Amino acid sequence: MATMWTTRVRRATIEKFEPQDVLPDDQPSYVASWIYVFGVLTLAALAIIIGSGLWLTTEGAIWWHSSSVGHFINSMHLWSVELFFVFMVVHLWGKFWMAAWRGRRFQTWVTGAFAFLASLGTAFTGYLIQWDFDSQWIATQAKDGLNSVGIGSFFNTLNTGQAILLHVALLPLVVGIIVIWHVILVRRNGVVPPLDAKEIAGGAK
Amino acid sequence: MALLAISLNGPAKYFTFGPFTVSVPNLIMIGLIFVLFTLALVIPFPKHKGK
Repeated sequence: MATMWTTRVRRATIEKFEPQDVLPDDQPSYVASWIYVFGVLTLAALAIIIGSGLWLTTEGAIWWHSSSVGHFINSMHLWSVELFFVFMVVHLWGKFWMAAWRGRRFQTWVTGAFAFLASLGTAFTGYLIQWDFDSQWIATQAKDGLNSVGIGSFFNTLNTGQAILLHVALLPLVVGIIVIWHVILVRRNGVVPPLDAKEIAGGAK
Repeated sequence: MALLAISLNGPAKYFTFGPFTVSVPNLIMIGLIFVLFTLALVIPFPKHKGK
């Protein structure tokens, strides 16, 4: 009897994602450094971004411009994005200077790079839908820039409907999928050791 | 807001270095990244007792 696809997926999942790798209760000693904290800080900021973003989505622009709670949640959304990028850049520098693609971690590095690029697009569309003069200014300036590189007809920054759908639907989905993929790869391959440390058990396979 | 030393109700100030222009808020954020990166490398990480 041919093996069912559900059986094959189950076996492959168990083989690739061992429970002690997915949810470890111990880490190599070199992880006890602040530079290793910035990946999870980026994830924490992303959680605040998603939570405050969902709240803003349900209430709408009039609410976040006119009520005190709306101002607070709007500001929380903005500042969690600022912190998200601050933490992500420190994480990026830390990983770059320890050559984090070592030990068959190339995919982890590349998914991180794509997460960064997708986040830039998501943040940009967010600035376009603030519903104020600032977003109008950014949209008109960006329109000139995007026209000059020949992609103005595909992505029109003056089309607010396109910007809001990209920001609240497509791009968060893209960022979310890439980030989950990135975290799964980190858990599967282990965190990269410093350049002068040995790879130990629980690390790259 | 007596505690707020800098008024945030207005356009930001900009610095221009040759062809580069950067707003003061963005410059502060970039400076913060450098400071955080340096601190993350030099500040010792707290250890659990007995480890």
